Amino acid sequence: MSMKIGEKAFKERIGEGLEDTVMRGAVSSAQERLYERRLSASEELGNWEKWRELGEEIRQHTLKHLDDYLYQLSESVSARGGHVFFAKTKEEASAYIQHVAQKKAAKKIVKSKSMVTEEIEMNQALEEIGCDVVESDLGEYILQVNDHEPPSHIVAPALHMTKEQIREVFHEKLGYEMSETPEDMTSFVRAILREKFLEADIGVTGCNFAVANTGSICLVTNEGNADLVTAIPKTHIAVMGMERIVPTMEELDVLVGLLCRSAVGQKLTSYISVVGPKGEEVDGPEEFHLVILDNGRSNILGTAFQPVLQCIRCAACINVCPVYRHVGGHSYGSIYPGPIGAVLSPLLGGYDDYQELPFASSLCAACTDACPVKIPLHELLIKHRQVIVEKEGRAPKAEMMAMKMFGMGASTPGMYQFGTKAAPVLMNRMASNGQISKGIGPLKNWTDIRDLPAPSKERFRDWFKKRQKEEQ
Amino acid sequence: MKISLLFRHQMTKLMNQIAAKKGSSPMKVHLFVTCLIDTIQPNVGKATVEVLERLGVEVEFPEAQVCCGQPAFNSGYTKETIKVAKNMIKAFESAEYVVTPSGSCKAMFLEYPQLLKEDPVWSAKAEALAEKTYELTEFIVDILHVTDVGASLKGNATYHTSCHMTRLLRIKEAPFTLLSNVKDLTMTPLPRAENCCGFGGTFSIKMTPISEQMVDEKVQSIEETDAEYIIGADCGCLLNIGGRLNRLDKPIQVMHIAEVLNSR
Repeated sequence: MSMKIGEKAFKERIGEGLEDTVMRGAVSSAQERLYERRLSASEELGNWEKWRELGEEIRQHTLKHLDDYLYQLSESVSARGGHVFFAKTKEEASAYIQHVAQKKAAKKIVKSKSMVTEEIEMNQALEEIGCDVVESDLGEYILQVNDHEPPSHIVAPALHMTKEQIREVFHEKLGYEMSETPEDMTSFVRAILREKFLEADIGVTGCNFAVANTGSICLVTNEGNADLVTAIPKTHIAVMGMERIVPTMEELDVLVGLLCRSAVGQKLTSYISVVGPKGEEVDGPEEFHLVILDNGRSNILGTAFQPVLQCIRCAACINVCPVYRHVGGHSYGSIYPGPIGAVLSPLLGGYDDYQELPFASSLCAACTDACPVKIPLHELLIKHRQVIVEKEGRAPKAEMMAMKMFGMGASTPGMYQFGTKAAPVLMNRMASNGQISKGIGPLKNWTDIRDLPAPSKERFRDWFKKRQKEEQ
Repeated sequence: MKISLLFRHQMTKLMNQIAAKKGSSPMKVHLFVTCLIDTIQPNVGKATVEVLERLGVEVEFPEAQVCCGQPAFNSGYTKETIKVAKNMIKAFESAEYVVTPSGSCKAMFLEYPQLLKEDPVWSAKAEALAEKTYELTEFIVDILHVTDVGASLKGNATYHTSCHMTRLLRIKEAPFTLLSNVKDLTMTPLPRAENCCGFGGTFSIKMTPISEQMVDEKVQSIEETDAEYIIGADCGCLLNIGGRLNRLDKPIQVMHIAEVLNSR
């Protein structure tokens, strides 16, 4: 799987999303739960705004000195006996991982959840060389079993499914006969995965945060699958986006707290592990590889979009987004959906595939408010729109003409006066009882679902002027 | 909003509050009525003028004003927005206070300094305008220090907290304070008030299928309150919600807060 989901056009994906009432029900109830939990977790901590400012400061500082911290990280990992590979492109990253697998003569790979491994199409690359790859995150496992369905959320990949649908998948694909209770289905998967952990030659994880000065990586889960992935197989490959780094354990402490509370409303998740090369440890993998992925991220540095790299992948923005609630994650056509995805996907994947995403927003700024590291998401969406229209010239011709007219008319009081005097005369033909219900041109989309009051013959300014005259 | 700009606005506000307390000659404000109100909802403008005058404020209307430029800005057309913004800056140059019955339009004024940052002359003017512009309820409560305007409206109402007013301007309490003192008016909290109504300016016509779902969700929340009136402080939102209520033949009446505050 790559970053891109499917080949359908934007309008078609949105239409399908809006019609899928089961998915929309699942997404909106999950959103409501996560929203409440995040709120109570942030209230419980107290001084949430101050924590957000600190989170922002840490991330901005890190990005400003990213090259230094990445250098420090690679030195400290190497000093502990680990291998570091800087991958400029996703092809380089996948090729390196294939190379490690071949060198180890590995056939069975078990992995914990990692968005970045989806981005580089790692599973596919390993399967191409004859490996069997198993997802151990329950949500990702469900999707893998369901014919490699792509994730729809960056923290809860199968959020769009109901337990009834999940049972159907298990029944059809794995012969599952028990009930649809989460407990039954989870213990079923657990038994399967236990074998996979024990058999695996290589464990692959993502990386929530790499700690530069200790040469370790931090993994945050509620399932404990990352711990088994990194404890049993003899080789551990960790894949990270190059921006997912903290200077020291002190900053890790702050960001992990913000992540857990923002993502799932827990003070901490059930399992938080800091792992790395074995060094002097008795237990642990014999070999540790850290793949640090660029894949377009360095192009974002130094641009107006740099704040998007502050992201700690908590999905708080996705959980408050009204658009996401109504169309679901798959409608975005990217493994990075919602507000963060609408900003990030065009940057990593280009405007050809993703130019509609920045416009699929009412700019309500709920995302900006929810972000624990204060990424100004709605401002970045507007920035994308500016680039798409003015730098890339991708706006529809009709809209460009209309905006040119707007620019002229709204900056020339004389033109405005004339236009607004003429408008009622023209538009009142469409009105009945002072309401327009069948508009034409740009008004048509409005009146398809809403009425519009007909413009008044006496504008406010006419009334004010008349009144002033009367007073004199 | 840039931190320093918001901070400076707050400082100017504080100075104005002190000046207002000194109670000298009638305060004069320049009304920024907004293009939507001027053309489609003039009653809201009339109510705004009458409420302010009743509070002892003199209201001027600079005729050169047209539109804050949001439609162009939100669609990515900065060149056109700058043209429109310069006209507004010129129109209000001589004003001491600029008052507008629209949260999102004030928020647009706060974008001007960043838009014009390459031009030192215009960006200074833009900052000056941003610092002296107030949303109507903000002005009444924070500058005039009035919490009861003497209005009365019998009925059961609920209030729509517009996204730009609450999240970008952080004006959360002033409308509720004023509404709580309207005689005979019962306010019921709107469930899921934090959800956007689906207007988003051009979003409502560019992404109509999604906008429809959002406004229907909002209509449902309003119906849960059993309110007779839905009140708001932003005409864009109200046109969107009202337009949908009308199309669905719902009996709920839409009122701008200026009209409520002008009821007697």
